[in-house]
Amino acid sequence: MSNSSIPVRKFDAVIVGAGGSGLRAAIQLSEGGLKTAVLSKVFPTRSHTVAAQGGVSASLGNSEEDHWHWHMYDTVKGSDWLGDQDAIEYMCRKAPEVVVELEHFGMPFDRTDEGKIYQRPFGGHMSNFGEKPVRRACAAADRTGHAMLHALYQRNVRANTQFFVEWMALDLIRDESGQVLGVIALEMETGEVVAFHAKATIFATGGAGRIYYSSTNAFINTGDGLGMAARAGIALEDMEFWQFHPTGVAGAGVLITEGVRGEGGILRNSDNERFMERYAPNAKDLASRDVVSRAMVTEINEGRGCGPNKDFVLLDITHLDPATIMKRLPGIREISIQFAGIDPIQAPIPVVPTCHYQMGGIPTNFKGQVVSADGVPVKGFYAAGEVACASVHGANRLGTNSLLDLLVFGKSSGDSVIEDLASGAIVHKDLPAAYAERTLARLHRLNTQTGGSNVNETRLELQRTMQKHCGVFRFKDMLVEGVAKIVEIEKAVARTEIKDKSQVWNTARVEALELDNLIEVAKATLVSAEARKESRGAHVRDDAPDTPENPNGRDDANWHKHTLWEREGSSLSYKPVTMTPLTVETIALKTRSY
Amino acid sequence: MDERERINRLRWRCTRRAMLEMDLLLGEFLERVFPTLGPEQADAFVVLADMEDLELWPLINGSRDCADPVQAEVLALLRTVRVK
Ligand SMILES: Cc1cc2nc3c(=O)[nH]c(=O)nc-3n(C[C@H](O)[C@H](O)[C@H](O)COP(=O)(O)OP(=O)(O)OC[C@H]3O[C@@H](n4cnc5c(N)ncnc54)[C@H](O)[C@@H]3O)c2cc1C
Repeated sequence: MSNSSIPVRKFDAVIVGAGGSGLRAAIQLSEGGLKTAVLSKVFPTRSHTVAAQGGVSASLGNSEEDHWHWHMYDTVKGSDWLGDQDAIEYMCRKAPEVVVELEHFGMPFDRTDEGKIYQRPFGGHMSNFGEKPVRRACAAADRTGHAMLHALYQRNVRANTQFFVEWMALDLIRDESGQVLGVIALEMETGEVVAFHAKATIFATGGAGRIYYSSTNAFINTGDGLGMAARAGIALEDMEFWQFHPTGVAGAGVLITEGVRGEGGILRNSDNERFMERYAPNAKDLASRDVVSRAMVTEINEGRGCGPNKDFVLLDITHLDPATIMKRLPGIREISIQFAGIDPIQAPIPVVPTCHYQMGGIPTNFKGQVVSADGVPVKGFYAAGEVACASVHGANRLGTNSLLDLLVFGKSSGDSVIEDLASGAIVHKDLPAAYAERTLARLHRLNTQTGGSNVNETRLELQRTMQKHCGVFRFKDMLVEGVAKIVEIEKAVARTEIKDKSQVWNTARVEALELDNLIEVAKATLVSAEARKESRGAHVRDDAPDTPENPNGRDDANWHKHTLWEREGSSLSYKPVTMTPLTVETIALKTRSY
Repeated sequence: MDERERINRLRWRCTRRAMLEMDLLLGEFLERVFPTLGPEQADAFVVLADMEDLELWPLINGSRDCADPVQAEVLALLRTVRVK
């Protein structure tokens, strides 16, 4: 197939992803009068944002005094000082505005008696610069993400955004100067490959949690945006930082909320010991996510795990009154029965720390413009949401700050597109010659491969390798070995074979193409993690322990910097953390303790 | 649409959902139970699979009743699925 045989569709802007961030960006563009296409692998309201239950943070101060500056402090501290302080100030200042806007879009937030948005406390969110917990999370019952997505979708329908549903973007189109001119995408229903030629391209493709064997993320999170960016020569930032949730159901990965421990649930090892008493004598089972996750892994590594392979611990609520369980935790009981085969009234639930959220991603500034290592915007390219690294979450994200990130940077990326078009910073360019060649070659290779590797088996191998070599706790030798293994797996990914060669609804092909993206993310993660010789936030190394010189193993003198991984040669470089906020004073480096 | 296309489209809609719970459950159902369904039940499953997760989940866990008798049969089967 030559380029000329690919149909071309022209738009002012193309957005890849119809989750919270993509839909928020689309509102700016469509209401700004731009002809906008939004591509999604699934119907918009089936995007993974639906899974978010907890809430979205904003210092509205509806229930008690609050201030965006306090929110900023918490976010910097939560990030273990790896977050960029300009972006963090921007996000926290904008939070009340974007949340109230969402309310006006029709979001059914829970209300106080006076009719204001109801707010509840959430881990790490404090008043007065870390003094005591504050009510900052705005929620719509336990379906915040779902309600948010519906409100944003309706607004887009009103604004005439054009959706391309069950389309998979395959690659970025970049010209010789590096300007981004759209994407090449595959329509699943027809198998047709089409170029979306646009003045501006926004990536909002969400996370990549499926690189791990055990993940709370839905199957759709295969890191496509990261894969596409990496193949197009864009470096990926801080990929070693992944948040693990302590209580995923062993095997399935399905999330068991912190609320279970809040109701009195206890973690136990194979000796039936309540081991958290040793690790966190005060907070015990309710200590922060990273502390609990590490304690669990230590128990397992020291041989006190449960089950035939001693590879999980138990979350016990059998001591609670069955009536309480039925009343307060009915959903959790259902999940446990369905996904662990265990009724938690009678027996404890097997749990393991489970991959939950990706802090790193495509480097952007707070305007949602993708930037190269020197901070210069890549013309025509923008990113927002979990795929992007602004960087507001740094080495560790606070709960409810992700939904906020979607709203703030979805909006700012849309505004930047409008500004950059108006100012002439991006001008329309013709598609370069042979722009689709690499994508078509990739498809051709897949279609003609014989004697190749099996997609499912290769994906499983990748996931097991990540789980074993780059999990909650990281060990020098395991990381080095992991890098070698992932390089081997990469070779298998380059030789995947599918039996089904048909055009229409070829899901085997799509899954093989997703694996092409997973491998980029996995490699970026392992290589970045192996290189970072300190512990910080979610990246904790056995050989970088807590010492008086380096509390918590954090080594600011050598490692207070962002990682940039480039696919070409799998090479690393580093860039400084932005310590200067927009209007307030720097929040100076300090040991992170709660 | 031929049978392969129909099944593949259904597979995509069963395993690329908003919530992991539903990917696991519907994926498992599609592999193990769906091939044993009669045509009416199969059609009912397609309708259920096209629902959004937060519509379908209450029907599966029984917190909401299902008015359609054939769908209710399929839901009863879905409830028996255990994901390993
Ligand atoms: C179980 C769970 C609970 C959570 N709870 C909370 C919470 O309470 N509060 C909070 O702040 N955060 C929470 N998070 C995190 C938060 O939900 C996510 O970070 C956020 O929803 C991601 O939104 P997004 O817009 O970046 O991407 P998504 O909502 O994941 O959307 C990605 C979009 O990109 C599309 N896409 C991807 N690849 C392609 C491609 N190649 N071609 C075309 N389209 C593509 C998809 O179809 C989809 O439309 C939770 C996460 C999980 C897993």
